Amino acid sequence: MLLNQFLLLAAVLFAIGTYGVIVRKNGVLVLMSIELILNAVNINLVAFSTMHGLDGQVFALFVIAVAAAEVGVGLAIILLIYRNRRSVDIDQLDELKG
Amino acid sequence: MSALVAGIGQAGLLAQELAEPTFAVPGWVAFSLVAVAMVVAALRVVTTDNVVHAALWLIVVLGGNGIIYLLLQAEFVAVTQFLVYLGAIVVLFLFGIMLTRAPLGRSDDLDNNQRAIGITVGVLLLGVISYALIRTFKDDKLYFQAYDGVMAQAGNNRTRALANEIFSPQLIPFEVLSVLLTAALIGAIVLARRD
Repeated sequence: MLLNQFLLLAAVLFAIGTYGVIVRKNGVLVLMSIELILNAVNINLVAFSTMHGLDGQVFALFVIAVAAAEVGVGLAIILLIYRNRRSVDIDQLDELKG
Repeated sequence: MSALVAGIGQAGLLAQELAEPTFAVPGWVAFSLVAVAMVVAALRVVTTDNVVHAALWLIVVLGGNGIIYLLLQAEFVAVTQFLVYLGAIVVLFLFGIMLTRAPLGRSDDLDNNQRAIGITVGVLLLGVISYALIRTFKDDKLYFQAYDGVMAQAGNNRTRALANEIFSPQLIPFEVLSVLLTAALIGAIVLARRD
């Protein structure tokens, strides 16, 4: 197997995740797109760890743990937004706009 | 004469290939199937107009990711992926969908009007990354050569080698990570509780 096939798959998933973050307006769907991006990065880390030692796998495990924490806090924030505004529409949160 | 030598050389190469069975072909087949499924599912996650379906398509992407780790001989990461992502994070997403009472059927207002910008950024990003990757790594093969040394130290056991890596050089980041998890847990509880 080639190294590039894994890296290109990760690039495709990363681009799709970026598209999702830009286009989606429901907060939960934005978090799902961020998960796509983090998973794409993890594929890269594990693929490079076959060349450079096990550091990459350790880092992938760290990324998985941080992603779990991020989803927990992110969903709590979205829940709070829903309680205050009765909607999870990210585009309506524009109080900081002048 | 030279043709004969070349013929013998080719036969020798063929015999060598037959004598050493590799998992190249099954690996390619598995990778292609999983990669196609993952890309289709990822596209469905960002385009479907049903929030619950997006969470279910996300399961396909995350599971495919685990299989990719298995193809890269990272079994421990694969099992962690299945446990943490499929077991915990997808359930958390489904709870988030239910608690925010998102429309459970189809709905038209999940996307904003920035689709053109999104497609432009995505294609541009993909183009730049692929160009750089293809230029840099061309057709480099995966040899797993980095695993050999650490595995020899750890009695030919890759999970033990990974444990050695986490609990000696990476011990401090590991401990910091547990502090981060505690902080995130407390933060999520403080944010989500009703006063």
